[in-house]
Amino acid sequence: MATLRDIKTRIKAVQNTQKITKAMKMVSASKLRKVQGRMLDLRPYADKMRDVLMSLAKGADRESHPLLAFRPRKTVEVVVVTSDRGLCGAFNTNILKAAEKYINNCKKEGFEVSISTVGKKARDYFKRRGVPMRNSRTGISGNVSFSNAQEISNDIKENYINETIDEVTVVYNAFKSMASQTVTIAKLLPLAPVEEGKEGSAPESGPADFIYEPSMEAIFDRLIPRNVDIQIYRALLESSAAEEAARMSAMENATKSCNEMVGKLTLQFNKARQASITGELMDIVGGVEALKG
Amino acid sequence: MADKLTLDIVTPHGHVFTDEVDEIVASGSEGEFGVLPDHVPFLTTLKVGMLIYKKGSETGIFFIGSGYSEVGPDKVTILADSAERSDNIDVERAKAAMKRAEERLKKKEEIDEARATASLERAMMRVQVAEKHHAR
Repeated sequence: MATLRDIKTRIKAVQNTQKITKAMKMVSASKLRKVQGRMLDLRPYADKMRDVLMSLAKGADRESHPLLAFRPRKTVEVVVVTSDRGLCGAFNTNILKAAEKYINNCKKEGFEVSISTVGKKARDYFKRRGVPMRNSRTGISGNVSFSNAQEISNDIKENYINETIDEVTVVYNAFKSMASQTVTIAKLLPLAPVEEGKEGSAPESGPADFIYEPSMEAIFDRLIPRNVDIQIYRALLESSAAEEAARMSAMENATKSCNEMVGKLTLQFNKARQASITGELMDIVGGVEALKG
Repeated sequence: MADKLTLDIVTPHGHVFTDEVDEIVASGSEGEFGVLPDHVPFLTTLKVGMLIYKKGSETGIFFIGSGYSEVGPDKVTILADSAERSDNIDVERAKAAMKRAEERLKKKEEIDEARATASLERAMMRVQVAEKHHAR
C-alpha cells in the first residue's frame, strides 16, 4: 500500500499539472480573443468576394484569365493546414485524417497529388509516412499575417499558371464555436460554383452579363489573384482561431480531470491516515492492557 | 421592380455598413458613377474616393480606400481595402499621415514612391471627406 508520503507527493504533482493546464487555458483564451476578432472581421469580406467572383465566373470566358482556366485534372494540390503545437485535443488528428482520406480518394481516381503543408504537425505526419511534400511552412499558426497568406498564395498561383498543378484544395479547421471546429475541404482553384451545403452560402443566381469598368481583363487581373490571397488568409485565420479554441477546451478538460484526481487522492490519503491512527491506537491500547497484566 | 438598393460595405477589417438606401454615388476608377435601383449588373474597380448614399432625407458619406464594387438590380456590394464613415475619420491622424507622406516624397530617397503617393492620396481624401462631413 502507498504510504502517506507517496500519496502526498502525487497530490502535489497533480496540482502542479493543474496549474500548468489552467495557465495554458488562460493563454489560449487571450490568444483566441485576438485572432477571433480578426477572423470575424474578415469573414464577411471573404464571403462577399467569393460571391462576387462566383457570379462573375458564370458569365466569364474561361480563357480570359490563367487562374480561371479549366484544365483536365492531372495533378491535384492539397494544402493541409494544421497547428505547430500540440495539446489541442483532436484538432490535428481530425485534419490529418480528413486530408489522408481526400488524398487517397484523389489517388484512386488516378490523379497525381502534390501536398503543401502549413504547420509542424502536418509536416511531421507526412514526413513520418514518407510522403513527399512539395512545400511545407511552419511558424504561421501562432501569428497569422496577411503576408504569410500571400506567400502561400503566390506559390500556389505561380504553380497553377505554370500548369504544375491543375486543382487546389485547402483542408483546414473552420472555427464554428468555442466548443467545435469543422474540418473544411474547400476547393480554391479552378473557380467553380461551390457545392451547396458544403461551404458557405451559394451565390445568388442572377444575370451574369456584367458591364465591366475599366475592362473585364483589368478587373480579373486584380480580383482573381486577390481572391486567392484572401481565401488563404481566411483559412489560416480560421485554423488559428479553431486551434486556440480546441486547446482551450482540451485544457479545460485537463484541469477538470486534475480536480477529480486530487479529490480521489485526497480521499485515499485520508483513509490511509485514519488507518495508521487506528493502528497506533490499537498499539497503545494493547500496550496498556499488557502493563495492567 | 426593386425600389430600394441594399448597400453593403465590407473590408478585410470588418463589416462597415449595411442598409437599404435609395441612391449611391461612388468614385470608380474611370470616374464617378451613380446607382439607382434597377441598375444593370455592373462591376468596377474603385479608386480612393468618396461614397455618398441617400436614404430618404438622410445622407451618408464614406471614405473608400480603393477596392471593387459589384452592382446588381437591388444591391450594391463594396469590397474596399479600407472604408470609414465620415464621422469616424480621425482627422488629426490623417493630417499627420499626409505630412509624413509629403516629407517622404520630398526626400525622394530610398522610398517606395508609389506607396508614398498612395498613402498621401488616401490621407488627403480622408481629410476631404471629413471636411465635407463638417460642412453640412
